[in-house]
Amino acid sequence: MVWINVILQGVLVGGLYAMFAAGLSLIFGVMRLVNIAHGDLIVLAAYLALVVTETLGIGPLASLILVVPLMALIGYALQRLVLNRTLGDDLLPPLLVTFGLSVIIQNGLLAVFTADSQKLHAGNLEVATVRLAEGVYVGALPLLQFIVAVAVIAALQFLFYRTPLGRAFRATADDPAVAQLMGLDNRHVFALAMAVSLAVVAIAGVFLAIRADFDPSQGPARLIFGFEAVIIGGLGSLWGTLAGGLILGVAQAIGAHLDPGWQVLAGHIAFLVILAIRPEGLFPKVRT
Amino acid sequence: MPESPLLAVRQLDAFYGDLQALFGVSIELATAEAIAVIGANGAGKSTLLKSIAGLLRARRDAIAFDGVPIGGIPAHDVAARGIALVPEGRGLFASLSVEENLLIGGQLKRSGPWNLHRIYELFPVLAERRRLPSTALSGGQQQMVAIGRALMSNPKLLLCDEISLGLAPIVVRDIYARLPTILGERVSVVLVEQDIVQALKVAERIYCLQEGRVALAGAAKDLTREAIAAAYFGV
Amino acid sequence: MSVRVAFASRSSRVGMALCAVGIVALAAAPFWGGRDDLALLSEVYAYVALASLWNLLAGYAGLVSVGQQAYVGLGAYILFAFAILAGISPLWAIPLAGIIAAGVAIPVAMLVFRLRGHYFAIGTWIVAEVFRLLAAQISVLGGGSGISLPAGLIIAIAPSRQLRDFIEYWIALALVVVILALILLLLRSRYGLALKAIRDSELAATCNGVDVMRTKFLVYIVTAAGTAMVGALIFLQRLRTSPDAAFSVNDWTAFVIFIAVIGGLGRIEGPIIGTVIFFVLRQTLADLGTFYLLMLGVVAILVMLTAPKGIWGLVVDRLGWQVFPLERRVVLDERSAARAPMAATDGR
Repeated sequence: MVWINVILQGVLVGGLYAMFAAGLSLIFGVMRLVNIAHGDLIVLAAYLALVVTETLGIGPLASLILVVPLMALIGYALQRLVLNRTLGDDLLPPLLVTFGLSVIIQNGLLAVFTADSQKLHAGNLEVATVRLAEGVYVGALPLLQFIVAVAVIAALQFLFYRTPLGRAFRATADDPAVAQLMGLDNRHVFALAMAVSLAVVAIAGVFLAIRADFDPSQGPARLIFGFEAVIIGGLGSLWGTLAGGLILGVAQAIGAHLDPGWQVLAGHIAFLVILAIRPEGLFPKVRT
Repeated sequence: MPESPLLAVRQLDAFYGDLQALFGVSIELATAEAIAVIGANGAGKSTLLKSIAGLLRARRDAIAFDGVPIGGIPAHDVAARGIALVPEGRGLFASLSVEENLLIGGQLKRSGPWNLHRIYELFPVLAERRRLPSTALSGGQQQMVAIGRALMSNPKLLLCDEISLGLAPIVVRDIYARLPTILGERVSVVLVEQDIVQALKVAERIYCLQEGRVALAGAAKDLTREAIAAAYFGV
Repeated sequence: MSVRVAFASRSSRVGMALCAVGIVALAAAPFWGGRDDLALLSEVYAYVALASLWNLLAGYAGLVSVGQQAYVGLGAYILFAFAILAGISPLWAIPLAGIIAAGVAIPVAMLVFRLRGHYFAIGTWIVAEVFRLLAAQISVLGGGSGISLPAGLIIAIAPSRQLRDFIEYWIALALVVVILALILLLLRSRYGLALKAIRDSELAATCNGVDVMRTKFLVYIVTAAGTAMVGALIFLQRLRTSPDAAFSVNDWTAFVIFIAVIGGLGRIEGPIIGTVIFFVLRQTLADLGTFYLLMLGVVAILVMLTAPKGIWGLVVDRLGWQVFPLERRVVLDERSAARAPMAATDGR
């Protein structure tokens, strides 16, 4: 029974990791860009939510109404003004520029909000539990977070494969030059992809901030968790990314159960084992 | 020569890095006219189309469309003005289905005679296969998708880059048999071809490029095979 | 008249002569500088070495790692482990750190080389995180809070503090000179040509018979060994190690990358110029605290967007200087009738 609870906790946290990963996976899929600042943007979203909740006196979930479009806007501007200029055959410029961005965000947050840890408070939601079976209880908040994660993945899946915008994303990813011939402005398409990515980041950031304390230095670890989920799941598959997040969450939960110091380490080791035995990930997208 | 050309290319130079591919090329095209641009490999035919479509840099006044200079403006802008390119090698989007490829061609939402229904009428075989990934089609069917995708934007000018490339002669004849229907909708067409016989059947006038320069131009019926061969091979 | 291939040019002869004079002057620093000067210079050497190694890895071999702190920390922990657990002199532990790190780098490379491009970068970072978390589990070396070098071991290096400072300073200088010389030799060797070919076009290099993977593998291992030795020395001078300090991504990767980018990637002079700029900025702006780091990020982004070849790249483009004789150039020569394999202008 103990183990069922451990695994269940891992699965629920895994949903959050899948949200970290989905935004990362999306922009890699569309423009082959790995955003090193992804984790720091998650933390930035958490701080934005903090400011919104404190100034407007609304709850963290309600703050999403503002934080999501705000982050999407930041994503669009960031891509148009900075990141589009780094795209090309050379891998270094986007990598180094997003790395620089990561340092800027971290230290910017540090300067404004100090290194003190913060938390978003969601009232009763934080203590409520749901009984799944005899002796198996889950917190309402982790459960909500997991449901939202599944919904986000499903929404992205729909966006990608069932809408004109998703079609434009896939076409531009396939062949940016021919996509232009269809009247698609690559710079605009890429910026929209980044906007969607950061909208997901906003949701992930708010849930991260409700779940635990956060401070400006936490970004890199979130990037790494998201990245691990992407690789475990297999590149280019959104449901695979969800599975990757869950596996990472469970591995961490098992590690933490054995020894609190092993939580993160167990996740890394699960990642390295999968990289060693199945480098294409568990559910790679078969491309014809 | 047409009096008010739909497309006027004047003294166009084009470069790949330091390498010059076109030297002062000038061509003109009237509304609803079909012309062929022929020439050997490396003569600059594809370069000419890419320059018109905005994929290569060009002097602003080197290309005028509908009287507006468009040289060097971004390709997506060119497409929005009504120029569609069927790229060499078809350039279908591999992760899109046949129908999605056609739909993305129509995403500019320019009004005109062409829509999904009309494309399927023109190429009935595509209607049966519209759910398949574009990569699952034969070469000829893929070329039909590429043409259909270009038409979906309801262009005033259709640029076709070697649509016969790599296709069996019977398939080429089949595709060329649909061109009169397309021309019937008052679309102007520039055909870039190595297959001169096919090109001459459709085009009213031809330009022959040789090493980045116009070596010969004239009405198709006036040009002798010998003159074309001489311009083509530079003998 | 015949043609021969030479490395040296006028600017490089002047440059090498200045280098020799500079090294002698720096070696004499204990006689003209104070204790703080030595400490600062040692730190400069460490960053020149780390940035040069990273430049070799990323700028030449195209292996953009953000996990080189794995080897800095590994070097530090090997030194402390040998010194504390086996009583081996820390000075001897420095080369041992290099050897062991090379051994560790082999399986690591086999793993992370499965990831391409950007994913390789993050993969290396995860390896570094694993090293950090494992180091925190070693309770005999202080676990998460770290450990200091016992006084007995420090005194064994040299009885007086001043002499110890001198010895450590000279080792730091020697290490950076040796690392730079080795990189220079490596780049002038057959591997160097292969690396430049890879840098310019991996595909073309493969087509011309360069074993790209083997060359990259070799560079990764060599870089790991060098980085670990530098790491061992840095923490010998600090006398204390902890997982967070030894495996710090900020100190050993972020700063190093900024140095290499600002100075100029894919050029041996770049990291040296970059380090000088980095330290000038740090000495003048360090009071600003986090704003200093913020500005560093902004500067790095601006350099990447406006002058992707860095400061030294601008100098080379404008003036054609090269301090280190690295590029083969064809020289018209009446005396020798040497073969001229290629006119390797450094086209980038």
